[in-house]
Amino acid sequence: MALPKYTEMRYRVWHYSYLVICTAVFVFLIAPLFVIIPLSFNAEQYIHFSDGMLALQPEAFSLRWYEDMIYGTKNPWGIAARNSVYYAFFSTIGATVLGTVAALGLSSRYMPYKQLIMSVLISPMIIPLIISGSAIFFSLAKLGLAATFPGIVIAHIILGTPFVVITVTATLSGFDDSITRAASSLGSTPTNTFFKITLPLITPGIISGALFAFVTSFDEIVVILFVAGGDRNLTTIPLQMWTGLREQLSPTIMAVATCLIVLSTLILIVTELLRRRSERIRGISAQ
Amino acid sequence: MTAEIRTSDGELLSVKLKKVERRRRTTAFLLAAPLLFFIVFAYVIPIFQMLGRSIDNAEMNSFLTETHEVMQTWDGSEMPGEDVTSTFYYELKTAVENKYHGKIATRLNYEKGGFTSLIKKTSRKLKNFDENANFLDQFIDVHKKWGDIEYWQALKRGTDAYHFRKYLTTFDYEQKFDGSIERIPEKLRINVTLWLRTIFVAVGVTFCCFILAYPISHLLSVLPTRYSNLLMICVLLPFWTSLLVRTSSWMVLLQKQGVLNDTLVSLGFVADESRLELMYNMTGTFIAMTQILLPFMVLPLYSVMKTISPSLMRAATSMGATPFHAFRKIYFPLTYAGISAGSILVFVLAIGYYITPALVGGAKGILISNRIAYHMQQSLDWSLATAMATVLLIAVLVVYWLYNKIVGIDNMRLG
Repeated sequence: MALPKYTEMRYRVWHYSYLVICTAVFVFLIAPLFVIIPLSFNAEQYIHFSDGMLALQPEAFSLRWYEDMIYGTKNPWGIAARNSVYYAFFSTIGATVLGTVAALGLSSRYMPYKQLIMSVLISPMIIPLIISGSAIFFSLAKLGLAATFPGIVIAHIILGTPFVVITVTATLSGFDDSITRAASSLGSTPTNTFFKITLPLITPGIISGALFAFVTSFDEIVVILFVAGGDRNLTTIPLQMWTGLREQLSPTIMAVATCLIVLSTLILIVTELLRRRSERIRGISAQ
Repeated sequence: MTAEIRTSDGELLSVKLKKVERRRRTTAFLLAAPLLFFIVFAYVIPIFQMLGRSIDNAEMNSFLTETHEVMQTWDGSEMPGEDVTSTFYYELKTAVENKYHGKIATRLNYEKGGFTSLIKKTSRKLKNFDENANFLDQFIDVHKKWGDIEYWQALKRGTDAYHFRKYLTTFDYEQKFDGSIERIPEKLRINVTLWLRTIFVAVGVTFCCFILAYPISHLLSVLPTRYSNLLMICVLLPFWTSLLVRTSSWMVLLQKQGVLNDTLVSLGFVADESRLELMYNMTGTFIAMTQILLPFMVLPLYSVMKTISPSLMRAATSMGATPFHAFRKIYFPLTYAGISAGSILVFVLAIGYYITPALVGGAKGILISNRIAYHMQQSLDWSLATAMATVLLIAVLVVYWLYNKIVGIDNMRLG
C-alpha cells in the first residue's frame, strides 16, 4: 500500500486519512471483545478497571470468577454448558443431514420450482426470531413437546438448516460435473460415485455448514426463551447469560464470556483451515 | 417429415429423453423433499396458524354461540330485548357450570374495561335469578353496568367469530362501538412510536454499517492476502462470537460507570458528575447494533470487491479521470451488488432485533420485537402480539422478496 513518490500532497493526505478511518473501524469491531477478557480476571467485584489492574499489580488479578463459574452454586453453568452442547450436537446432526441432502437436490439442474423451494428453506434465517420463536412454541405446545429436550432440538434444527443449505449449495455450485460423468463412464454406480467422488469434494462445505448449525444452536437465545419455558433443567449458556445480564453484570458472566470468546477463536481457526483445504483440493491456489 | 430417431432399445429418442429428464426431476425433488416437508410442517404452517390468532375469536364465539346469533338481529341502538338477555343468561349459566366464565370475562375485558368484575359478580349472583321475571332488570339489579348499553355492544362485538380490530390497535387506532375508527388518546399512542423507531433504527444501522464497512472492505480486498487474512480476523471473530457476549461487552463499555465513561473522565473530557448517558436509550441500541451487524455488511461487500480488477481503476485514471471521478464512475457502480446484498441482510436482521435492544436499550431504546415479546409473555394479549407479528412479517417478506429479485437467493454467501 506504499504510495508512489510522485503522489500529490492532497492524495497523500486522503490516503492516510483513509487508513486512519479503516483502523478506527477495525478497532470498533474488535476492541469490545478484548475489553471483556481482562475484566474477567478482576479480583474485585465491580466491572471496571481498578487502579491495581491499570498498574498491572499481580494481586489485582485473580481467577476467583472462574472458580465461581465452575464451583459456584448460584449459577448452574455446569448444567447450562452440558445442555448447550447436547442441543447443539443433536441439532447439528439433524440439520446437517437434512440440509446436505436437500442441497444435493437443489443444486441439480433438473430441480423443479427451485427458487420457491429455496426461499421456503431459507426462511427461518430471514424471519425475525421473535416470530419463529412464538410460532415454534405454539406448535410444539400442541404436540406436548414444549419445554422438552426433543422439542428444543427440533426448534434448533429448523434454525440451523438454512445455513447448511446455503453453504453446501455454494460448494456444489463450483462443482465440476464432468468428474462424476467421468466416474460413471468408467463404470461406477451412482452410489459409489457419490461416496467416492462427490462427498469427499463437498466435505469442507458440509463441515462449515455444520459449524454454522452448531454455533446457531449454541448461541441461540430468542427461540429457547419461548421453548424452554423457564425450566431450569433445560437451561443453556445463552439463557443463563440472558438471565444474569437482566439482573446485574457480574464478573462471573465476564468469565463465561471469555470462555465463549476462546471457543469462537477455535471455530474461526477451524473454518480458516477448511477454507484453505477446500481451495487446495479444488485446484484454486491459496495465493 | 423428420426421420424418427430411435435408441438402441427401439424407443423414440424424444420419448426416452423425456423419461430420463422426468426421472432426474423426481430424484432432485425427492432429495429436497424431507427438509421441505419438515420446514413446511414444523415451521411454515405453525407460523400461519399463529398469525391466524390475530383475527381468530372462535373459542369465544363457541362459548356464547346462541347469544351471538340472537344479537345479530339487535342493531345496538337501544337496550337489548328479552330474547338477547335470556339467551345470554342461559349460556352464562352453562359457562359457570362448566367453569369457563373466567375466560369469557378476560376476553370481554379486552373489548371494554370493567368486564372482569362485571362477569364475576354476575356469575356469583346467577343462582338468585328468577327465570320467569324480566332478565334485563335482574342483570341491572346485580350490577348497574348492565344498564350501560356499551357493555351489551361490547358483548355483541366480543363474540364475533373473527375480527380485525387488533390491526387497528397495532397502529394506535380503535373502533368505537358505533363503528367509527379513531386514533386512541395521545398519551396511549405507543405502537406507532415503536414502529417508527424500529424503521429509523433499521435504516440508520444499515446506513452506518454501509459507511463503516465500505472502506474496510475495500482495504481488505486490495491488501496482499497475508495481511488481509490477519485483518479479516477482526471481522470474523465478532461474527463467530455469541451475540450475548458482544451485547454484554457493550454493556460493560457503555454503562454510566463503564469503561468508556471512566476513560473519558480520567482523560478529563467529561466531568465525573456529568457522565454520558450512553446506555438505556437509543444511543446504546444504535451503537451496539451497528457493531454487531457490521460483519454482515463487510462479508458480501468484500466478496464483490475482491472480483473487481484493479486495472479498471488504473485504466480510468490513465485516461485522465481524477481518482475521485474514477471511483464514482467505475468502482462504485461495480459494487452495487455487494451493497444491496449487505444492506438488505443488515436491514432484515435489524428490523427484527430483540436481544440487544432489550438489554442495552432500556425503555427508550426498545423496538417492535420487544413489544411483541411483551404481549406474548407478559400481557398475554396474543391476538395483539400476533397482529403486530403479521405486520412485521409482511415487512420482512417484502424485503426478502426484493433481495430475491436483486441479488438472488442462490447467490447468498456466508463467511
